Amino acid sequence: MSAQIVTITSGKGGVGKTTAIASLGIALAGRGQRVVCIDGDIGLRNLDVIMGLENRIVYDIVDVVEGRCRLRQAMIRDKRLPELFLIPAAQTRDKTALSPSDMMRLCDELRDICDWVLIDSPAGIERGFKNSIAAADQVIVLTNPEISAVRDADRVIGILEAEEKGSPSLILNRVNQEMVNKQEMLSPEDVLDLLAIDLIGVVPEDQAVLVAANRGTPIALDKDSRAGQAFRNIAARLMGEEVPFMDLENQGGLWNRISKMTGRRG
Amino acid sequence: MSFFNKIAGGKKKSAQSAKERLQLVLTHDRTDLTPAELEALKDELIEVISQHIEIDPDAVHIDIAREGRSQRLIADIPLRSTSRRRAR
Repeated sequence: MSAQIVTITSGKGGVGKTTAIASLGIALAGRGQRVVCIDGDIGLRNLDVIMGLENRIVYDIVDVVEGRCRLRQAMIRDKRLPELFLIPAAQTRDKTALSPSDMMRLCDELRDICDWVLIDSPAGIERGFKNSIAAADQVIVLTNPEISAVRDADRVIGILEAEEKGSPSLILNRVNQEMVNKQEMLSPEDVLDLLAIDLIGVVPEDQAVLVAANRGTPIALDKDSRAGQAFRNIAARLMGEEVPFMDLENQGGLWNRISKMTGRRG
Repeated sequence: MSFFNKIAGGKKKSAQSAKERLQLVLTHDRTDLTPAELEALKDELIEVISQHIEIDPDAVHIDIAREGRSQRLIADIPLRSTSRRRAR
């Protein structure tokens, strides 16, 4: 095994990185892949609650790095998908408890025992971000169609280019097609034109995401959720499949029916 | 804003405002160049070029264009015609 190491980052906080990591982990593991998700946000951990694994934490990533436990002991196995694991962040430490070379060493060890390592980067462009991208083979920048989130995403893309991490790909999260149609929200085309990187997924705004977070069941587990479907599509694209981008128009609407008749795809 | 919107007195949609504002702010973020610094650069360019060739300083236009993720400094510097120069 030689795992692909993927980091999701955004610059701005609260745009949906943790939701994306949890759902991509679920979706990849659901496709028979062995996945380890790492919470890179030391001191402000959250991936554990989004994945619903918060009650099972014994050791965390800093315990591994500081030699208090073996790597395997800090990997919490997800009961729903036995090939999915979480390495939680330490809650009572700060970003300086980890260095980029610690992350490199940890990820090198993980490479041999899984197919995917998904790293949830903290917001910002400081130490926690640097730690999270250190070992990445591939970086995904996630943003919302909000002016501040797009600006911060552009900064992060600039830093990734300067650090020679290659061109990242983009997930555009929380797109409200109704507002886009009214021209009161930046469209996926607008954001792509501004950021000028490759798109790997567009995720519609979906109230089911909050409900899923409340329950600790990542949205990709919800077969009826459009956001869940969007994350499952991204997982398929990560695995090299060509999946057309989702039609974000309201299903059953007049335009949608016309689109279907004319064979147009979103 | 489209011509129709203009004559109809319609207000620009907010997505369009966001895009235009982002285009400007991203250019400045990426180049680390403020509008004032760009203006100073323009003045210095005019000064240097004027030492070699006669130009029309008021018609000089300098701008940063975006091409994907790279930026390009575009300077439009109209020259005074040689016939006018000879006449002087």
